[in-house]
Amino acid sequence: MTKWSLSTLSRLKSDWLFTVVTRSSACVAAAIVFLVVAFLISESIPAIRQIGVGRFITDASWHPLSDQFNLTPMIVASLTITLGAILIAAPLGISAAIYCQFYAPTAIAVWYRRLIELLSGIPSVVFGLWGLVVLAPIVARLGGSGQSILTASLVLGLMILPTVALTTQAALRSVPGEWLAGGAALGFCRSSTIRRIALPAARRGILGGLLLALARAMGETMAVLMLAGNVVEMPDSIVAPARTLTANIALEMGYATAGHRSVLFVSGLFLIAIVAVSVSLAGFGGAVDE
Amino acid sequence: MLARALYPPKNHLIHHPTTPVGIETPVGIESIGASCRLILNASFWVRLCAGVIAVTLMPGCHTRSDGAAEITSSGLSGRLTVTGSSTLAPLVVEIAKRFEQLNPGVRIDVQTGGTGKGIADVRSGVADIGMASRPLKGNETDLNAYKIAADGVSLIVHESNPVQELTQRQVVGIYTGKIDNWLQCGGRDQSIQVVHKAEGRATLEVFLKHFQIDNPDVKADVIVGDNQHGIKTVAGAVGALGYVSIGTAEVEAATGTPIRLLPVGGIAATTAKVASGEFPMSRPLNLVTIDLANPLVRTFVEFCQSEEVHDQVVAQYFVPIKK
Amino acid sequence: MNSLTDRLVSLMIGSAAALVAAVLGWVLLDILYRGIGDLSWEFLAQPPEDAGRSGGIAPIIVSTMLILMVALIAAVPLSLSAAAALAQQRHRRFGWAWIASRCLDVLAAVPSVVFGLFGNAFFCVALGMGYSILAGGLTLACMILPILIHTTEHGLRAVPADYHYAAASLGLSRTTTFFRITLPAALPAIAAGLVLGIGRALAETAALIFTAGYVTRQPESLMGSGRSMSVHIFDMAMNVPAGDGRANATAALLVAMLLIINAAAMSLASKASAKLSGQTAEDMNSRQYV
Repeated sequence: MTKWSLSTLSRLKSDWLFTVVTRSSACVAAAIVFLVVAFLISESIPAIRQIGVGRFITDASWHPLSDQFNLTPMIVASLTITLGAILIAAPLGISAAIYCQFYAPTAIAVWYRRLIELLSGIPSVVFGLWGLVVLAPIVARLGGSGQSILTASLVLGLMILPTVALTTQAALRSVPGEWLAGGAALGFCRSSTIRRIALPAARRGILGGLLLALARAMGETMAVLMLAGNVVEMPDSIVAPARTLTANIALEMGYATAGHRSVLFVSGLFLIAIVAVSVSLAGFGGAVDE
Repeated sequence: MLARALYPPKNHLIHHPTTPVGIETPVGIESIGASCRLILNASFWVRLCAGVIAVTLMPGCHTRSDGAAEITSSGLSGRLTVTGSSTLAPLVVEIAKRFEQLNPGVRIDVQTGGTGKGIADVRSGVADIGMASRPLKGNETDLNAYKIAADGVSLIVHESNPVQELTQRQVVGIYTGKIDNWLQCGGRDQSIQVVHKAEGRATLEVFLKHFQIDNPDVKADVIVGDNQHGIKTVAGAVGALGYVSIGTAEVEAATGTPIRLLPVGGIAATTAKVASGEFPMSRPLNLVTIDLANPLVRTFVEFCQSEEVHDQVVAQYFVPIKK
Repeated sequence: MNSLTDRLVSLMIGSAAALVAAVLGWVLLDILYRGIGDLSWEFLAQPPEDAGRSGGIAPIIVSTMLILMVALIAAVPLSLSAAAALAQQRHRRFGWAWIASRCLDVLAAVPSVVFGLFGNAFFCVALGMGYSILAGGLTLACMILPILIHTTEHGLRAVPADYHYAAASLGLSRTTTFFRITLPAALPAIAAGLVLGIGRALAETAALIFTAGYVTRQPESLMGSGRSMSVHIFDMAMNVPAGDGRANATAALLVAMLLIINAAAMSLASKASAKLSGQTAEDMNSRQYV
């Protein structure tokens, strides 16, 4: 295969083929999101037609069987819990990556990485169970049942930490060694080199990883369902229960009949819209080459 | 930033690849031969992929659940798809396994996704049989339900809670937010955490109907999905009050989970009391079909209702039906 | 002063990293501690009995591996190809590469339960695959695409520009450069992404309940339904009374499998990278003398 690709492909100047194939697969991959959105829209149309978009924000509360469809508390809950998770995962994950890349001796770094990689493969149910059995009783001492925004954020933060740490480390690793050596030559100490050379150079990759983690946190279902308490109310404290959009879909989908089911797809659509907005806002911030 | 000045960002550099220079590529017979080889190779791959897809999809067309059953000399054969209630699924899996052993030509695939999914799948023909953990509703008269077991619903509290029984009025008061401390029910000074179920769940409907509560009036502290979620929540919060399937709660309490079942209306919450019909809160567990025209469907539904599977119904902590 | 700050930063990074390791280790040991008691050869070799409370999980392990295989066979080539296109492109605001990347960010946020419903409607019903390992694997492939593409793209971008100059000056085409130089150099980074993707795929529950299904029989073909280990964990922990022991044992086994798969993926990648880049250097040498 190797001889063949050298002698034939280069002579054929088949770059156009390469370009066409790779670009079209990028488009295919990106198009999957349109397929998913189209599916959601087609399922939500009956509800939107009957109820109208306005009532999802203006209704008194969420009681789909009693004809009340207010999604606002769940949107707020989704955003709050995701924000909490990012606030936990971002500093810890980036620190862990910096430690692994610049501080840890090689032998430890390898094992440290392996530990984090392992955690990325633990099913969310298992995280949820751990949170329910171990963490919730501890949080319950602050009052309430222990199933709250705080518990959900803590466990969700833990769940997305591997994504943050591993993507950050990959970004840091791709900073050329010469740049770091340049920093050392200028008399920077290690922390300055990291702060003034490595982190700015890896900024794009780190931000991309944070976006992935944010998206993952928004879309997470099982663990949040098991830990957030799922009461549809505007949360008034971090130990109050709250229901996210994803938990709402998972809780009610299995038992929903036609009209109710369609409304649940609308909540899925809302979720994707929120993510699309926050992702493109973040995209404006930094995921662009200068 | 300083580094940026020293070393230009590499993305600039790889963006526009330079056209290859230097080695002249002879255009002629050799390259035609090479391109032929490439094309041949490509078509080989296309054919391979087509072959793989055909091979993998073909049996799929046959195994689609149109329930094409036929009676052969060796008995029944064919494939059935059963979907619906996750509560019922473990039981039907076990029954299906026994049915497959008795009828080696039969395959029964049990799927879950909730009662709503079961009913939708039977209507759309995706499934031959649905599983529903509640009675059929008024707008579901196009379907037939076949009861295969019953399941009681009982109140549970944390093991350490000294309260032995709650009156109807106390339960309504707690669930509507008028009572928020166990002191008001003869217990310790401990706030009550109300554990409720998500809208549409069968246990919720049984509970609300028995206590005559309107769901929008309920002031819950935790809303749970599955029975196990409810049990783990109550086990983890000393002041919690919830309601779950009796069989589930019984076995969990017996295996050391710190929960206790409360009687309802003076009747102890046990599967025995549900079986005798004394216990007031219970729900049927049904199989749902459009009709029994397919002999395989009919035989399986009858098998599920027969006494042959009563041991399995009991083993999954439900209450068998006496015909 | 400078060295004081340096030490302070080191201390902060070190303690954050230690905290991460401690919490992650806590979760991991908790899983292993709860699960190890039920692990035995019978557990590995027998089919489940009594709704999973006794017997083993042999068919479930087979189904899990088949689902993972389908997902990787579908997702890895597509993501490699898509990442190659995106890595060669500057992400100009509203350029096609920028839009494709944002679409993939949104795809990463589609809740797994929505993926499950989508996979059920698209693969199982519309494409006629029914509940099957194939449908489950393809749904998972859609789910892990964003993370695979993200990490692969950054791995490819991190290959030093000098390599490209050298290749260009030797007259190699873009295609050849990609396959012979960029790809081998980026393989370790790609493998790291693959590890994340495998983790995500093995951890997925909600998307598989509706696609690969719930059947515990030994799978007879890719068109048959098969229960994955994560679905089994969910069922045992949340649906089957007194199933916690088996849920924990399955989780512990999943962790062990993940450890083996990750180690294999990493060592394979580094070997392949060494082999390919070794050959590349050789070929480049011989080219010099042509």
